[in-house]
Amino acid sequence: MRDNPDTPLIVEGPLADNERMKAQSDYLRGTIAEDLQDPLTGGFTPDNFQLIRFHGMYQQDDRDLRAERAAQKLEPLHNVMLRARMPGGIITPQQWLTIERFAEEHTMYGSVRLTTRQTFQFHGVLKPHIKDMHKVIASAGIDSIATAGDVNRNVLCTTNPVESELHAEAYEWSKRISEHLLPNTRAYAEIWLDGKKQKTTEEPILGETYLPRKFKTTVSIPPNNEVDIHANDLNFVAIAEGGKLIGWNVLVGGGLAMTHGDAGTYPRKADDFGFIPFEHTLAVAEHVVSVQRDWGNRVDRKNAKTKYTLDRVGTETFKAEVEKRAGVTFAPSRPYEFTSRGDRFGWVEGVDGRHHLTLYILSGRIKDLPQAKLKTGLRKIAEHLRRDPVASFRMTANQNLIIAGVAPEDRAEIEALAREHGLMSDLDTPQLRHSMACVALPTCPLAMAEAERFLPELVAGVDAILARHGLADDPIVLRVVGCPNGCGRAMLAEAGLVGKGPGTYNLYLGGNRVGTRIPKLHLENKDAATILAELDRLIGLWSVERIGTEGFGDFVIRAGIVAEVKVSKTDFDA
Amino acid sequence: MFLKEIPGAMAPLSADQMTAMEAFVKGLDPMQQAWVSGYMAATARGASPVLPVAAEPATLTVLYGSQTGNAKHVATEVAEAAKARGLNAALVNMADYKPARLKDETHVAIVVSTYGEGEPPESAQKLYDFLASRKAPKLASTRIAVMGLGDTSYAQFCQTAVDFEERLVALGATVAVERVLLDVDYEEHTAAWVTGALDTLASTMETAAPAPNVVPLVASQATYSKKSPFEAEVLTVQKITGRDSTKDVRHIEFSLEGSGLTYKPGDALGVYFENDPAEVDAVLERLGLADTALRKALIEDYELTQSYPGFVTAYAEATGNAELAALAEDKAALRAYLEPRQIYDILHEHPAEIDAPTLTSCLRTMQPRLYSIASSQADVEDEVHLTLAVVAYEAHGRDHLGGASGHLGCRIEPGQRVRIYVEENEGFRLPAADVPVIMIGPGTGIAPFRAFLQEREATGATGENWLFFGNPHFTQDFLYQTEFMGWLKDGLLTRFDVAFSRDQAEKIYVQDRIRERGAEIVDWLARGAHLYVCGDAARMARDVHAALAEVLREAGEDAEAFLGALRDAGRYQRDVY
Ligand code: SRM
Ligand SMILES: Cc1cc2nc3c(=O)[nH]c(=O)nc-3n(C[C@H](O)[C@H](O)[C@H](O)COP(=O)(O)OP(=O)(O)OC[C@H]3O[C@@H](n4cnc5c(N)ncnc54)[C@H](O)[C@@H]3O)c2cc1C
Ligand SMILES: Cc1cc2nc3c(=O)[nH]c(=O)nc-3n(C[C@H](O)[C@H](O)[C@H](O)COP(=O)(O)O)c2cc1C
Ligand code: SF4
Repeated sequence: MRDNPDTPLIVEGPLADNERMKAQSDYLRGTIAEDLQDPLTGGFTPDNFQLIRFHGMYQQDDRDLRAERAAQKLEPLHNVMLRARMPGGIITPQQWLTIERFAEEHTMYGSVRLTTRQTFQFHGVLKPHIKDMHKVIASAGIDSIATAGDVNRNVLCTTNPVESELHAEAYEWSKRISEHLLPNTRAYAEIWLDGKKQKTTEEPILGETYLPRKFKTTVSIPPNNEVDIHANDLNFVAIAEGGKLIGWNVLVGGGLAMTHGDAGTYPRKADDFGFIPFEHTLAVAEHVVSVQRDWGNRVDRKNAKTKYTLDRVGTETFKAEVEKRAGVTFAPSRPYEFTSRGDRFGWVEGVDGRHHLTLYILSGRIKDLPQAKLKTGLRKIAEHLRRDPVASFRMTANQNLIIAGVAPEDRAEIEALAREHGLMSDLDTPQLRHSMACVALPTCPLAMAEAERFLPELVAGVDAILARHGLADDPIVLRVVGCPNGCGRAMLAEAGLVGKGPGTYNLYLGGNRVGTRIPKLHLENKDAATILAELDRLIGLWSVERIGTEGFGDFVIRAGIVAEVKVSKTDFDA
Repeated sequence: MFLKEIPGAMAPLSADQMTAMEAFVKGLDPMQQAWVSGYMAATARGASPVLPVAAEPATLTVLYGSQTGNAKHVATEVAEAAKARGLNAALVNMADYKPARLKDETHVAIVVSTYGEGEPPESAQKLYDFLASRKAPKLASTRIAVMGLGDTSYAQFCQTAVDFEERLVALGATVAVERVLLDVDYEEHTAAWVTGALDTLASTMETAAPAPNVVPLVASQATYSKKSPFEAEVLTVQKITGRDSTKDVRHIEFSLEGSGLTYKPGDALGVYFENDPAEVDAVLERLGLADTALRKALIEDYELTQSYPGFVTAYAEATGNAELAALAEDKAALRAYLEPRQIYDILHEHPAEIDAPTLTSCLRTMQPRLYSIASSQADVEDEVHLTLAVVAYEAHGRDHLGGASGHLGCRIEPGQRVRIYVEENEGFRLPAADVPVIMIGPGTGIAPFRAFLQEREATGATGENWLFFGNPHFTQDFLYQTEFMGWLKDGLLTRFDVAFSRDQAEKIYVQDRIRERGAEIVDWLARGAHLYVCGDAARMARDVHAALAEVLREAGEDAEAFLGALRDAGRYQRDVY
């Protein structure tokens, strides 16, 4: 029995050019090594431009300088961005010291950038320094394999520090899933670490030409949805009984990217396949991937993600195939509830008597600013905790950082260091701590509008509005992204701004606080002033008509300002 | 050259005749052209060409060794002045002179400049070496007159002229006229010497029959020249080094529209400039002078950036400054004092009561600067492009800008006009279209090679092109990167080697790349490649020469002989400054 019998399981037609490139790449090697020797350009050939992504790098250039350099008859200032593989976002103080020094000495921007998927990025590494970079992070036990490209990306895990055993168990699973779904090829070690050339003969899970498109996986422990499961292809939501984890509800087919004006693309929530016990975790993970590998659209990359495969072949058909391949039957989904998505700022004491300090980092950008020496502060904290094997840093999916596992006797010193370097500031408003932006300019080649550099202005505007309406302590989940790819997860925000052109955005409203609803288009292609004026009007209404502690996102739907998006495929563009 | 100005339609010759004519005329120097036009004029009237048979008169051979055209201009003056007196004179570029003819010379006038650290200009090297070689003949019956052109801001002032005279005397030649060594403002001092010299030389030369009254077919000298420059409009001033570069290099484009000026790849552009009004005002204020006429003269006519010994001596005397006067006595101390200082600095440090005429009498007239032309008219037609490094440095707590490079690079705006002229450089020419070329041009030395490639591209030349380029940083100093990468992609540029000295711990220069590519360079030379070097004279040119020599030795060649032969065959050409 198939949901949509008339639609093909496999889309026929001329394959997207990326498939040719992957097939000819000898398992992701391409001619990267030769490109590294070419002294005439800081960039890579078109094929290698795509292939280095599988190795965790994107070729970029400083777009602020692009026009100026063209006039100077110089090529764009090509460099690479590195995205490390840090399953569950955990990095030791010693690892931190190694990477933050490299960022200082060998990157153009000198910053460590925490991302919305619990890892860090270097921006602005020139070609001659790339191999050194991989050797330096390898010396700290870190790699950047498959953090980009058509593979399973960095696996997220709730950083919830309180229930440390639950977290530790979930964290182990996130590492195992990450390792299990890694490419088999030895290309990474060979090219970047001068490893021996080993003939790679097959890719058992990901396939000869890898996946049709990127694939994102999370592990989460209710009630916290910090990892924003509905942005991901595959989610394992931990189910506990009597304080012990017994298995997962598996949700498949989330994803937020879309293309302006292309109704065939839309953000989509993940569907709940049901419950499985722990022992089936890797089998289910492997076969959700293998079915998407086989049935995903390799003709049109804009329609390739798991979410579109599900809408094309039908969720039940996809689920049945996974059960068949994995030899597993999904039990009915177990009840669970998400109550929050934000980070728990300040100190929290864990069950193990250790203390955890969550720091708000504006857009995850760690560098020494004139008004706050954030990077120096974290270096000192890391030096202080280096010899404590329990202490660690945890990068959250909200681009923040937890100083986890601090012994009671270290607590005062750590707080002093944090305050002294602007890492703990009482000036951070609740609204700021519920706002997020993607990187966008100047490094993102796909950005249509500012995001990270626009966030402070946007938050100041919304803060002023909230204060005017007496709602300063009722922040909105506010997110801005520079383009419809949606890296700052605006399409799971109560109020999401999506870049359309220089200084103009689409405003989407109606997501909820816990991230289980997709917002709907309310304003199109408007500048910040117009958007803030509209938010002022709506927040005014909300302050008067809200019922109890009703969230802004819930209010705009109840008040009919925007329609609810229940099934993206039909409702999103309606 | 003049044939180009006669529109094709008017010329009665067929296309083939025209090309044949041009090929023949091109090889003639101005004097030979004048003689040919006379011969043509005579035959045109149907008379059989009766060559005036003259008794074998003595010939004055005027030899010049010039790199940027000054010695050539003066030598031409000497030859023409001699002919105007009825003397038989032959103007010859030292590069073209057959040393074997020396033993038959009776009267020789030499005009030669000096380069590098007191070394001969490129074109004089062959003759210079010959005079010191065992093959040099005895010159007992040769009478000589030597003029040196130089620059007193260099340690070895006019050293080459001195060397030429000493070597000729050592061979037995008689110094008929006392040697004269002239500074950059030589134009004001040549006439007197030339007249005196010709008077002396003429006294021992039988006068030949007066030259036939010839109506020169040659058009009058090109309308625009160093003495009457063209006011060219500035089209573009574009910085082509990145914002974090330690250098400030500007791509500058001028319009030649309406000038009729033409140039060839390898030529240089002479550029007049104005001193920085702010610096002039500061100096005038320091000296308590407020004379607007003086201000205008200091901005437009006098040298205030290049310092030189003569100024210190004159200014010390004019202002009774004992300290400067003492300094002027001690050559080495004076040189060390002058090295980092412009005239502005000296005036700021030693202000004094001085009136306008006295001050200007201490100053040299402003000299135009030369820049290797970075474009080919085959591509850009009536434009001319330059690659100019702004001379800027901090000393004595003050920012200094070079005179011309400060004016061109930082003060003028597109739309304004600058006086320019073309300085031909026959010693830096592309070979035939199918001949491979190896071009070594670090820093602004890349300029003429942009012209070469534009020329070869526009004319569909098939010869292979290999470029060596170097500068401090890849991301900031890769001059014309997008243009050269375009040519590499199209296949016009066959090989492209780069060296960015400060991108790694150890310094890497173009000479290191030359050593790495030694075998291929030898192969290209074996296939007839021509070798070009352009850019810094002081260090680069010497190091590159050493690297080439090393490569040739490794290939079993007698390096210096090989390179000497290449140079003499015009296959190793240098435009270094
Ligand atoms: C750094 C980060 C944003 C941030 O501020 O933290 C980011 C940054 C970029 N994303 Fe993303 N994405 C980031 C999370 C996301 C998310 C959110 C999430 O995964 O939770 C999404 C939406 C969820 C989804 O995938 O649908 C997201 C959807 C995209 C897309 C759209 C993919 C698609 O399905 O069409 C692209 C473009 C593409 O892949 O073709 C993209 C591409 C990019 C690139 C690499 C631009 C590019 O392709 O050249 C951006 C680099 C900007 C820069 O200079 O750093 N990024 N990207 C996040 C890094 C995540 C990580 O560490 O792995
Ligand atoms: C044939 C030829 C071709 C040339 N082609 C080019 C070309 O293509 N591009 C180009 O940029 N130039 C070229 N030059 C050099 C150019 O002619 C000028 O010499 C140069 O631009 C400087 O002139 P200026 O008037 O700006 O500086 P000036 O006012 O002449 O001052 C230069 C003087 O400043 C002093 N000085 C310079 N730097 C420092 C320092 N760091 N510390 C102390 N003193 C210093 C030196 O004494 C130097 O002689 C060429 C020269 C020749 C002869
Ligand atoms: C790179 C360079 C080096 C020079 N070295 C000397 C020198 O050592 N001694 C000197 O008297 N003049 C030196 N000069 C000045 C020239 O000899 C002077 O400009 C002369 O007028 C050039 O004449 P030309 O155009 O015939 O070559 C040098 C000029 C340049 C550009
Ligand atoms: S949302 Fe768009 S602009 Fe922002 S980082 Fe992602 S790709 Fe770049």
